[in-house]
Amino acid sequence: MADQDIALVAHLMRRAGFGASRDEIEAKAAQGYDSVVQDLLNPAGGLDDDILMRYNPSYYEPGAIEVNTQLWVYRMINSPNQLQEKVALFWHMIFCAGHSKIDSGQEMGIMVNMFREHGMGRFDDLLLRLSQNPGMMYYLDNTESHKANLNENYGRELLELFSLGVGKDGSFNYSEDDVKVCARAFTGWNVAPAYPPFPHGRSPWVFRFDPADHDETEKTFLGETGPWNGDDIIRIICEQPGTARFLARHLYNFFVADEPQVPAWRLTPPRDVEAIQILEQAYFDSNYSIKAMLEALFTSEFFKDEAVRYQKVKNPAEMVISLLRMVGEHQEIKPGLFEISQEPKYMGMDLMNPPTVEGWHTGREWIDSGTLVERINFAAEMLGNTELDGVRGLVSRLMDRGDTLSPEQFVDGCLDMTGPVQVTADTHAQLVAHAAREGDLSHGSDDERVTFTRRTGEMFQMIAATAEFQFE
Amino acid sequence: MVSTAKDPVLAVLSLSGGNDGLNTVIPRNNGHYRDFRPTIGVPEEQILPINDELGFHPTMAPLMKYWEAGQLAVFVGIGYPTPSYSHFRSMDIWHTCEPEIIGTEGWLGRAAKLMDPTAENVLTSVNFGRGLPRALVMEGVPVASVGNLETYGLLTGIDGEAQRSDALDVFGRMYAPAIGTGSVMDYIHSTGTDALKGADILATAPDKYTSNVEYSGTVVGQYMKNIAQTHLADFGTRILYTTSPYNGFDSHANQAQANAALWTDVSSTVDTFYTDLRDHNASDNVTLFLFTEFGRRVADNGSGTDHGAAGVALAVGEHVKGGVYGVYPSLAPADQEEGGNLKFNLDFRSVYSTFLEDWFGLEAEPIVNGNFERVKFFK
Repeated sequence: MADQDIALVAHLMRRAGFGASRDEIEAKAAQGYDSVVQDLLNPAGGLDDDILMRYNPSYYEPGAIEVNTQLWVYRMINSPNQLQEKVALFWHMIFCAGHSKIDSGQEMGIMVNMFREHGMGRFDDLLLRLSQNPGMMYYLDNTESHKANLNENYGRELLELFSLGVGKDGSFNYSEDDVKVCARAFTGWNVAPAYPPFPHGRSPWVFRFDPADHDETEKTFLGETGPWNGDDIIRIICEQPGTARFLARHLYNFFVADEPQVPAWRLTPPRDVEAIQILEQAYFDSNYSIKAMLEALFTSEFFKDEAVRYQKVKNPAEMVISLLRMVGEHQEIKPGLFEISQEPKYMGMDLMNPPTVEGWHTGREWIDSGTLVERINFAAEMLGNTELDGVRGLVSRLMDRGDTLSPEQFVDGCLDMTGPVQVTADTHAQLVAHAAREGDLSHGSDDERVTFTRRTGEMFQMIAATAEFQFE
Repeated sequence: MVSTAKDPVLAVLSLSGGNDGLNTVIPRNNGHYRDFRPTIGVPEEQILPINDELGFHPTMAPLMKYWEAGQLAVFVGIGYPTPSYSHFRSMDIWHTCEPEIIGTEGWLGRAAKLMDPTAENVLTSVNFGRGLPRALVMEGVPVASVGNLETYGLLTGIDGEAQRSDALDVFGRMYAPAIGTGSVMDYIHSTGTDALKGADILATAPDKYTSNVEYSGTVVGQYMKNIAQTHLADFGTRILYTTSPYNGFDSHANQAQANAALWTDVSSTVDTFYTDLRDHNASDNVTLFLFTEFGRRVADNGSGTDHGAAGVALAVGEHVKGGVYGVYPSLAPADQEEGGNLKFNLDFRSVYSTFLEDWFGLEAEPIVNGNFERVKFFK
């Protein structure tokens, strides 16, 4: 199989999923890129939840936030529908609501499930579900917004952070009056009073529209006048070129290459204007289908281009999950999942608890001296553990490359096995010089095999420590 | 501002979970206390009196000598308006000084930025524990976050000292400033170099350290030992932070036994810590602050207490002017916060402002997001 096919499919799996084991990458490369894209876009089957819940009943509709994050991490590692999980994370990073205020792990789990199930559907449908999600209604104070006493929080964030964005090409997408009108249209969108938690425990919150608390007067929103309700607002929003631009840039930023931080988008043009146009076109052609936008993205030349590989700083979830998938750990529910589910938090991404409604700052802002140490040490701990089946598999693949490997062949082989990772010439030279100190590698005798394995584990750790490994 | 021979240092021990202030600093002869705490009330004869009305929980005996020496400030009725009963949210409010909106910058992060604007010392702030508390977060402020000081560093998984040292050499060269690799890569290189530098320096702390005291084997004991080791190693660290095990003080049930164990450990650890610093003649410039995200419900629930509002915080140190600060909130039902909680009367940002102005010599207002009257608890 051609190396470039493997590299392309590995790139696809890093972006449309959380990486993959070497075996899986090779199988998918043999299957063919376009066919793999179709599988990713059309999830079928998936994890067997019946079996999962039967043997792990505490994972059924869990209440505790810790269990909800564990279950999500488990799905990210093991779901065959990798794009679905990736899209759930994508929306969680845009439609930010956090446990710090919601204080219900169950509601966070319900919200993420909604992103998983509907995240590749139509954007107007998704916005409607979001606007009726009790956790979100509470997080952004729509529950406090009344006909007689308006709270603009949700109305504003829906426009600024969830759909249109502040502006594009230097101009503004909406006015302060539009914010007020938007908030007025969503009055009455509320959460039914909760049942007392005793004696049966918490029950999920339920969305309830209260017509008596809804402002049904005529309103002018983005130039259109009528007695608008929330669903009218969503219809009008989805017709705007600003919304297409907003989604296109977010998709590009998440799946292709790091863009500047979102607040800069009104004034800073896209990194790849043509790519954004292709995605915008797909949005309108498909009647707002996210799946259609993703299909346009993954089948495009701009995505396959080698120039965008390793142009994104891995977010902490990507860092942690992709390593676990590479080394084949936590493929079943077992002790240690809690600790694993906390690793992204140590690296600055507390899943289900983003810092604010604006979400995490991405790209280089994932890295500081504390998080870099966590990232490197976790990656080195995983890849350097030659007791793990996945790592042993990589070692034996390396052995298959020849009876004797020169330091350079050895380094190139290790880089290939762990990515393939692209490194600068400087980094490459350092790794080769390091390998050269112990000379060529053979694996004819037991002793040689022990040494070969140890040196591979160490080289994997060195690769995990490179600046290049921070990217995907 | 207080004058110390060496730069002032603040050590913080965050008591995670919402410590029960009412059973920490106890209104010992208050009839309401007896009425509301039928199960977990501490018998009056066991309480350690600190004045006519109040006394410490019996497990706080090791702190009595600090109280008697006038080195222990007790903040009662401490909190903030419209209390949040969520652990996360309330802790965030204490960390960011933003009760209304969701803040991203920590008060100590901002303080560190002012003390070392160009981040010359990568160890100006050091946290012990995994992950960074938001109190220390601030753009451009490097913070070492140390899970275990004995093993802290990069590539700690590589066996063999020679192999690891080789690997770190390679790391240093790989992260050396590179030309023309792009701004993000440059940034990661310099961050990696900072991290390596910080780790190299911190790694020397345990070796430099000798001591006559023995810290408890608990997380609190070991991290307070790490704080002492880092302070004694003279790296110029100004802010040392740690957190007790997550939600350990969240005493909904079985509070009497659980909190007694926790406070026995915290009290003896504070004493061990200061004894250690005094033995090394390094206690003068360290103030220790203990706080929690909220107090607990006035009435017990038969076995423990639920989330409450106003609570208790402590400051210990040789420059601290001992005493009770704030007014002990009334336990009378009519005076309680809605839901059966104590009403705050001392804003935590007042206490922070005092640390910032009188201990660190920094302007407090932009850090705590407002002008809060200082509490004069330094000599």
